[in-house]
Amino acid sequence: MSAEQPLTGRARPDRRPHTLKEWRKLGGYDAVERGLKTMTPEEVLDTVAAANLNGRGGAGFPAATKWRFMPKPGDAPGDGPSYFIVNGDEMEPGAFKDRILLEAVPHQLIEGAILAAYATYSSEIIVLIRDAYRDAIANMTRAIAEAEKAGYLGKNVLGSGFDVKMWVHPSAGRYIVGEETALIEALEGKRAVPRKRPPFPAQSGLWGRPTTVNNVETVSCVSHIVGNGAQWFRALSRTEEGGTKVFGVSGRVNKPQIIEAPMGTTAAELIERAGGVSGTGVLRCFQPGGGASGFLEPAEADIPLDFGHVAKAGSMFGTGTMIVLDESACPVGVIARHIAFYARESCGWCTPCRDGLPWVAQIMARLERGEGRMEDLQVLRDTVEIAGPRGRTFCDLMGGAMSPLGTGLARFGDLFEAHVREGCCPIARDYGRAVA
Amino acid sequence: MSLSKKLRSAITEAMEHHGGPRAAMLESLRMIQQEHGWVCDAHLEEAAALLGVTTAEMEDVATFYSLIFRQPVGEKVILLCDGASCYLNGAEDVRDAVMKRLGIGFGQTTPDGKYTLINICCVGGCDHAPAGVIGRNRKLVGPLTPDTIDQILGEDAK
Repeated sequence: MSAEQPLTGRARPDRRPHTLKEWRKLGGYDAVERGLKTMTPEEVLDTVAAANLNGRGGAGFPAATKWRFMPKPGDAPGDGPSYFIVNGDEMEPGAFKDRILLEAVPHQLIEGAILAAYATYSSEIIVLIRDAYRDAIANMTRAIAEAEKAGYLGKNVLGSGFDVKMWVHPSAGRYIVGEETALIEALEGKRAVPRKRPPFPAQSGLWGRPTTVNNVETVSCVSHIVGNGAQWFRALSRTEEGGTKVFGVSGRVNKPQIIEAPMGTTAAELIERAGGVSGTGVLRCFQPGGGASGFLEPAEADIPLDFGHVAKAGSMFGTGTMIVLDESACPVGVIARHIAFYARESCGWCTPCRDGLPWVAQIMARLERGEGRMEDLQVLRDTVEIAGPRGRTFCDLMGGAMSPLGTGLARFGDLFEAHVREGCCPIARDYGRAVA
Repeated sequence: MSLSKKLRSAITEAMEHHGGPRAAMLESLRMIQQEHGWVCDAHLEEAAALLGVTTAEMEDVATFYSLIFRQPVGEKVILLCDGASCYLNGAEDVRDAVMKRLGIGFGQTTPDGKYTLINICCVGGCDHAPAGVIGRNRKLVGPLTPDTIDQILGEDAK
């Protein structure tokens, strides 16, 4: 297994961030100098495109393709800046990967953001960070002040003629803020209700200006791509999709942890590195990329984990932070928790989500109590079919919520039925309540 | 009760820093809460007037974000993660133990005003599951067990 860990390799075990001086000694900001002094914005963008960097926030959309939607100066309608926004609102169940990048290596993120802003003709960078990540907010704010003082941010950065400023916007709860158009609403001082698309943010985003929103991990990759080249970045991966991935392994494993490994590493390898399956030691199933990713089973633990391969297996790579269930853990219980979460965190705008999810949550709770009815299962299947597909709601929260339910019903239908037939959770009955 | 001079100037400053009055609304609410623990009607109205937005607009924002408190909270706010990874590692036993010990449920404050208990979505501490964040500085704690909650409740997180 390749030992290269460009994103987390410089992070200290206690997550104490580097000062700018320390970061410079580790080669920090060399890529910014290279990009701004020797490359045009188009060349930076082309390099990222050649590196095949897919968005690490969950959707896996190619970063450079998103960037190409941004208008060049003069092409943007009206006056005002274009915005580059870093999404640090990490709240997906099971996701804890952006935290380390924000807390421990903030200068890496600033470097990436400067280069990304340069490539997207943006002059203002905003990092939105969730309220619970107070260390991340403090460390990012301090690092930005240092970078500004050293001339990496501000007017005419490194004499390149490029002006850019950057600041942190701390949020105050609600999962939906992490949806990119909801995030834009939040920055405008509104309730974070997702916008209908089109127009897309690159056409009309924050304050009606061209805007790009990228995930923390995506942006953290950029300086490495510009500094070392697209070929180097692609070679880090075992598959067509470039780079390493900051994976997370949690749930029923002995040593839940963050693992940066080549894109395409398998679930089996990651689980082994996380100390193996806990509890019974026997893997029942796993969600490869957070709460909104569909269940996969032991037979699929050897597929290369990247966006393409996981999608082909009928799930979603999502955040790349997997949730592991051993034989003594009940998928129905996990789904019930996920649904309760999505029902609570819905912004309440679109009817299928606002009204559908609490309905489903009630059914799931009933099943868990052993009071479910066989016809409930058909209601669940119908909801997955009716409300799950894209396009029924403004954003993908409802679709995301339906994916563990839909794959759960498809793969563990007999277990759902057993809950009804036996009037209890058969797994809890056989193994007791799942505790480590 | 009116806002301190320091808070008033911080709110005015936030307007420039965050790109306008609307953009500074949430930050203003956060600052008020950081100082007072929660956001009361009088403070909300005063901040709205300072920013030049309506009280209704301010209320609109304040009630959307789950971690802006519109009623008094205890000295220490305990936010317990109810994400799947915590659930899989016994979060519900920890929850039950905390509730039993404090005699309150989610969204409630102990009669002595010491603790408020709230559930929160995944706190990004899956490697410390079951986890929570406590106190005004949102300190991450975990892995929690029913036997170690005394420690958490007693620990000064301010």
